[in-house]
Amino acid sequence: MLERHPSALSSIVAIGLNTFREAIRDRVLYLLLVFALIIIGVSRLLSLLTVGDEEKIIKDVGLAAISLFGVLTAVFVGVSLVFKEIERRTVYTLLAQPVARSHFLAGKFVGLFSVLLLNVVLMSTALFSLLAIRGESPWPLLPAVFLIAVELVVVTAFALLFSSLTNPVLSSVWTFAVYVAGHLSWSLLLLKDKVPEGIARWVCTGLYWLLPNFTRLNLKSHVVHGLELPDGYIGLAALYGLGYGVVVVALACWAFSRKEFL
Amino acid sequence: MASEVAALSIAGLRKGFSGHLGIGRRTAVDGVDLSIRQGEIFGLLGPNGAGKTTTIKMVLGLLRPDEGEIRMFGMPSSDRAARARLGYLPENPYFYDYLTAREFLDFYARLQGVSSADRGPLVDRTLERVGLAGRADTALRKFSKGMTQRLGLAQAIQHEPDLVILDEPMSGLDPQGRREVRDLILELRDSGKTVFFSSHILQDAEMICDRVGILKAGRLISSGLLDELVSDTVRWFEVMVAGTLPAGVESEREAGRENEHLVRVPDVEALRELLDLVHAGEGQVVSVWPRRDTLEDLFLAQTLGDKPGA
Repeated sequence: MLERHPSALSSIVAIGLNTFREAIRDRVLYLLLVFALIIIGVSRLLSLLTVGDEEKIIKDVGLAAISLFGVLTAVFVGVSLVFKEIERRTVYTLLAQPVARSHFLAGKFVGLFSVLLLNVVLMSTALFSLLAIRGESPWPLLPAVFLIAVELVVVTAFALLFSSLTNPVLSSVWTFAVYVAGHLSWSLLLLKDKVPEGIARWVCTGLYWLLPNFTRLNLKSHVVHGLELPDGYIGLAALYGLGYGVVVVALACWAFSRKEFL
Repeated sequence: MASEVAALSIAGLRKGFSGHLGIGRRTAVDGVDLSIRQGEIFGLLGPNGAGKTTTIKMVLGLLRPDEGEIRMFGMPSSDRAARARLGYLPENPYFYDYLTAREFLDFYARLQGVSSADRGPLVDRTLERVGLAGRADTALRKFSKGMTQRLGLAQAIQHEPDLVILDEPMSGLDPQGRREVRDLILELRDSGKTVFFSSHILQDAEMICDRVGILKAGRLISSGLLDELVSDTVRWFEVMVAGTLPAGVESEREAGRENEHLVRVPDVEALRELLDLVHAGEGQVVSVWPRRDTLEDLFLAQTLGDKPGA
């Protein structure tokens, strides 16, 4: 008789590693990655078609590609990760092990985010190399790439939450909707001033605070145009994004702990 | 003494499911009480929809009981220390097709708390034990149903659990596969493990179970030692007669072959009379088959309302 069970960390790492392995063996990932690298690669061609500073256009397109393809990977690879475990009933044997449900979900999050991080590193390396070849220092872009990674923490957390609750199609729609809404949340404040006083204003204010404010994590125009940032901005923005991500993962764990597997 | 603690005890277990759109409620498990002793093979039998899988899912914590208590080795079944002593194989298992058999078992060994130094040798031993050593590096998408079932058993037993729960382990297997699973279950019992399995294949259960429980519509309608439930005494004889039957003798039914009749007689005296009559007439006795109650008779009697031996 062996009365042993793994530590929380070791369960999370084991599930994370398996999730990572599943994701990197998924063809969709490579399709997205190759497409993103092509976009970064041809950003120079785009710069030829437009008026303005070539380097700025390469930086702008490159950073946008890293952000967008990171999100698309989270949506297309991430949303089915938990759902597939439930649908194919592999979750039955996993949860029969001495593994807490929250550890299972945390492992899924770690695995998916590791894949996204690897993607960001690969795409950034491509962009930085392109700039270095043109004699431009790529390092000022680093804060923007860092906050893109933080943004992906939040998007991954939402993908996990929706994947625990519903099917991949709805999860994709919801996750992408949150991403878009999070980038446009500032418009809710504008809308608030245009609607009559009462419930509509409350709804606008409530949604503004409830939705993730991805504008705070978007430094693309700052780094491309070399604008100054207030002291400590990056740290505070990262803290906001990571805190938001932790809350959403906790919510996903709570929803998953109440789930019944029929 | 530790051996006096039940490997699995279930008390007053109930579970119902809401109907479509939340209308109505169907009771799947209705007040089940069970106690599985350490070191025995217990078969939970019942027709489809009787509540076997629902019961097992509640034991595993995949479903929450509406009422009742489940304990493993005296601990609540949700306790991680209890789970560490459990191995489980679901019905018709499906595993990660992007992994090889070795990667798969290594992943589960990690979750079972096996140290990195022990994992490699343990996985090799387990693959050998279930006859998959030659397929260690084959991707699971290339596995047949029988191989997947064996791999499922491998993950359920590789960490030497004290209680092994198998949901329909023989389902969909060919005769050789069923025999291998039966042998493995007996081997587990011989090494002191407790095996709790659900099945609707009664022959298999009859061959290996120490005790059985029969579920019908969510209720445990019969439970006990197999020897006590199924009598070993001869209940009737079936006699196959070729040719013309003696006058006054009625055949139970036409036998498969042309001009053969199956006659059923209740005891040895009636058998002797029948044999004399056939011998004196134009017929010929082909076979005499003493029939005992089988688990199937008991099962049909309990689930359909037939009387055993009737």
